[in-house]
Amino acid sequence: MTLDAGLVGRSYPPSAVYEVGREKIAEFATAIGDPDPAYRDQAAARALGHPDVIAPPTFAIVVTMGAGSVVLDDPDVGIDYSRVVHGEQRFTHHRPIRAGDRLVCTATIDAVRSVAGNDMLTTRVDVSTDDGEPVCTATSMLVGRGAS
Amino acid sequence: MSPRPVLADVEKGTELPEQVHRVTRADLVRYAGASGDLNVIHWNERVALEVGLPGVIAHGMLTMGLAARSVTAWAGDPGALVEYHVRFSRPVVVPDDDAGAEVVVRGRVSALLEDGRVRVDLTVTSGGDKVLSLARAVVDLS
Repeated sequence: MTLDAGLVGRSYPPSAVYEVGREKIAEFATAIGDPDPAYRDQAAARALGHPDVIAPPTFAIVVTMGAGSVVLDDPDVGIDYSRVVHGEQRFTHHRPIRAGDRLVCTATIDAVRSVAGNDMLTTRVDVSTDDGEPVCTATSMLVGRGAS
Repeated sequence: MSPRPVLADVEKGTELPEQVHRVTRADLVRYAGASGDLNVIHWNERVALEVGLPGVIAHGMLTMGLAARSVTAWAGDPGALVEYHVRFSRPVVVPDDDAGAEVVVRGRVSALLEDGRVRVDLTVTSGGDKVLSLARAVVDLS
């Protein structure tokens, strides 16, 4: 199927609050094999000027993936998830995500394109604290590979 | 951890220490659990082949996360990585054996920006093929 250009600019309601736990940060750091103490040891994080342990830069995907799936579940988008591959990813960190953050995500469709039977969907997720402090912007381009 | 680089010592062309990672099926399962990305193409060979992939492939976000480690380790503060972009140009195919796939990450400073920021370009390969392209990070060294 071809994505409708009229989807560009469509925004979705804010997500439920995601509360960032220190164990989740440590689990994620272990999953990327990163021993950095800033992810596990509050004193080490504080020595770098952070109020608590911080998350690896790509941890933001854990927080934003739910907001992104709201877009994929939109019946007007209708991409088959088993045929989706990740095309591009960008993170802009206004400050590091840290333990204790209560984060809210808002997803917006930034671009749609169809090239050679493949649908390309670019979704921007703006992440802020529940009291409105901007934390991160994550932009994902997903490719829905056409059945050949 | 290495000490934080001093901005005055960093110039265009400064190279980051190379990192070599091994990714096994077990690493994919661990990453799936930690990230919540349970897409079957990252653990089920039958489905991966059915949808036309060469085999089970690593999560692009795992490769992106591994590549970021070169930058955060060099920066000495993971919070210094303020901007990060990659294009997933080729999948990392992870064989069903103990050795897994090798991912090699090289980086060099490609530009000095304003306000103490520098841009780092990353070259990320597996089996000699570039698996990420346009892989760029902006690091705040101020």
